[in-house]
Amino acid sequence: MSFDRSKTPTWRTGYRFQYEQAQKGHVLLYPEGMIKLNDSAALIGGLIDGQRDVAAIIAELNMQFPDVPELGEDIEQFMEVARAQHWIELA
Amino acid sequence: MLSTGSNLPDSVSDKLPPKPEIGLPLWLLAELTYRCPLQCPYCSNPLDFAEQGKELTTEQWIKVFREAREMGAAQLGFSGGEPLVRQDLAELIAEARKLGFYTNLITSGIGLTEQKISDFKKAGLDHIQISFQASDEQVNNLLAGSKKAFAQKLEMARAVKAHGYPMVLNFVTHRHNIDKIDQIIELCIALEADFVELATCQFYGWAQLNRVGLLPTKEQLVSAERITNEYRAKLEAEGHPCKLIFVTPDYYEERPKACMNGWGSIFLTVTPDGTALPCHGARQMPVQFPNVRDHSMQHIWYDSFGFNRFRGYDWMPEPCRSCDEKEKDFGGCRCQAFMLTGDASNADPVCSKSEHHGVILKAREEAEHATQTIEQLAFRNERNSRLIAKS
Ligand code: SF4
Ligand code: SF4
Repeated sequence: MSFDRSKTPTWRTGYRFQYEQAQKGHVLLYPEGMIKLNDSAALIGGLIDGQRDVAAIIAELNMQFPDVPELGEDIEQFMEVARAQHWIELA
Repeated sequence: MLSTGSNLPDSVSDKLPPKPEIGLPLWLLAELTYRCPLQCPYCSNPLDFAEQGKELTTEQWIKVFREAREMGAAQLGFSGGEPLVRQDLAELIAEARKLGFYTNLITSGIGLTEQKISDFKKAGLDHIQISFQASDEQVNNLLAGSKKAFAQKLEMARAVKAHGYPMVLNFVTHRHNIDKIDQIIELCIALEADFVELATCQFYGWAQLNRVGLLPTKEQLVSAERITNEYRAKLEAEGHPCKLIFVTPDYYEERPKACMNGWGSIFLTVTPDGTALPCHGARQMPVQFPNVRDHSMQHIWYDSFGFNRFRGYDWMPEPCRSCDEKEKDFGGCRCQAFMLTGDASNADPVCSKSEHHGVILKAREEAEHATQTIEQLAFRNERNSRLIAKS
């Protein structure tokens, strides 16, 4: 199944992406819970703003990391997982 | 380094795993008050709550939040008693949110109004959890000791969603309502809950006093879990975002839960009078716990006696000491060990290796034959609290 890159991700209501100084990393906070994000998830998460669609996020990161192959697939995969976990909505 | 509190020969203590580094207090639970309009017989508040000291002021709470946040606390729960009783709640929420906390209001819904829901939203509240006693109006009201409670809760749950909050609905289940778990789940889905906690009551505080009248039978539990799993599968197949969380009472386990993820490892509770605890059930233990009026949060978390009392493995007697599962469950719950064996360092009697495991077996046995009705439970109110504290 091919991924539709024209969809725009938004964090689900009540989910907040933020930097935590004490943990030296980004986390996703939600009702009574917290997920610590790894570096690549944090980079993608930082670009989810309700404006950029998936294609724009991929383009943005491709510019920052021109030498990383398969970046697009990684980002698609993140979106799939985040949607399955109901962290984000894709519309 | 000298090992503290251990009188076992070195050869044994040498084999203990190294004391893990102290983690960050990621979770701060602010028990703002013990005042509450309800009287749940499974309330986890201390039995002598009516005799506790003065509540912290707004400024004292804000200082607690600021210090905890600097130390890495990210989740903040406002609970109680009923936190809505505090007139400064909106102010506390606003301060906490400004500091960067994810703010959770844990309420019975009694005392909540549309106005408050919208004021709290403006103050930056992230999430509201409403606790129910049952899906059935009559059982709910009987348990909560209030006639209007159920209708009020339903109305407030709808308002919470209408104001754009994520919502957790919490149902404490026990032998008198667990057979209606399908109705409970249906109700939660209809109310558009994002998370549903189906928590079989844990036996602390008032619940321990009422254990025989609350503990479900094994059969009740197995059937409730099966029904929950069926709903889970159904929700998942529909891509429905509602998540069901089923918490079993550890009385039916052979190994204890890794209580609070280990003593003083991520949780920090501050009680209404400022006593800081590694777990909200710990107050009843014969351990000296620090108070936020006298100490900084830094001192409390890293240096105080109370928070270090059961960190690491040095303090463990047998059977935990030589057991290879101790890094998994930390010997279980200290409060439960104290309550049921009289010594807080003992293995949690839920563990089948504990010499006190018979207490648990007996409780299971009693659950098979219990006849107590809801009316016969001891309701959590000031009168009962004072009576119990005196006796
Ligand atoms: S459990 Fe019931 S009685 Fe205890 S604080 Fe909560 S609502 Fe009040
Ligand atoms: S003996 Fe202690 S450490 Fe071992 S499983 Fe039982 S409670 Fe856990």
